[in-house]
Amino acid sequence: METITPQHFLILSFLLFTVGFLGVLIRRNLLLVLMSLELMLNGVNVALVSFSRTSLNLDGSLFVFFIMTVAATEVAVGLALLVALYKRRRSVFSEDTALLKN
Amino acid sequence: MNAVDLLFYFFATLAVGGGVLMVFSRHPVSAALFMIISLVSVAALFVLLEAFFLAILQVLVYAGAVMVLFLFIIMLLDVGPEGGKVSRLKLITGFAGCVSVGILIILLLQLFGTGIGDNSSWPSIEMSPYVNGESLLFSTSIKNFGYGLFTKYMLPLQVAGFLLLGAMVGVIVLSKKSLPTEER
Repeated sequence: METITPQHFLILSFLLFTVGFLGVLIRRNLLLVLMSLELMLNGVNVALVSFSRTSLNLDGSLFVFFIMTVAATEVAVGLALLVALYKRRRSVFSEDTALLKN
Repeated sequence: MNAVDLLFYFFATLAVGGGVLMVFSRHPVSAALFMIISLVSVAALFVLLEAFFLAILQVLVYAGAVMVLFLFIIMLLDVGPEGGKVSRLKLITGFAGCVSVGILIILLLQLFGTGIGDNSSWPSIEMSPYVNGESLLFSTSIKNFGYGLFTKYMLPLQVAGFLLLGAMVGVIVLSKKSLPTEER
């Protein structure tokens, strides 16, 4: 009898976090780096909700609520910074952002 | 294998597959669309975990607001597919990446080795009280969310409100046109 255990959800959250982390590591487009960050936060959210469900404690779900707030804020500010960078440098790639070097 | 298992595997595959396709897609617009697939699948997994309010919030905030903002910015900046420029991986970047991947592998070994959450089952949810002693009880109703937010998490809620206000002001300042007197 194969049923879903909480460990299935934890492995799924690990996979989501790893995929997002690889995206942050290997992509050069800053828009995609921001999207990968969102994916990492989603993986953490899945783990928090599954722990909250198994221990019947609402604290994990409330933390997910705050994580969503902070993630939305971070995306708004990050994209505004990206637009400001694009106005100045005409590029959204991470290798063109070495402002202190040249 | 019952229906819930099939739904879990379906949406888990969709979430991870959407994430992988997002990371490896060349065009930013298709990456954003794959990301939306991944986020909606995560919302479906929240439904399977009986966190219905968070599932609605995931669809509204992430798939609705955040990804629309991403698509808007992608189309505003008119970012095309990446060219053939080779990225130079610096030594310190490679070192940091190796260390982080090592920590992730240790985490995976811990996850399998200690069998955390392996033999624990899903306890049933009782609907009546908000609190059990000190801890807030998990519930499917939004009432418990409101109770938790306005009692135990009152200060974090207000800090989150100020964070949103600060972000709004910051974005307005960042995206404002610089005054013409500054340029001359």
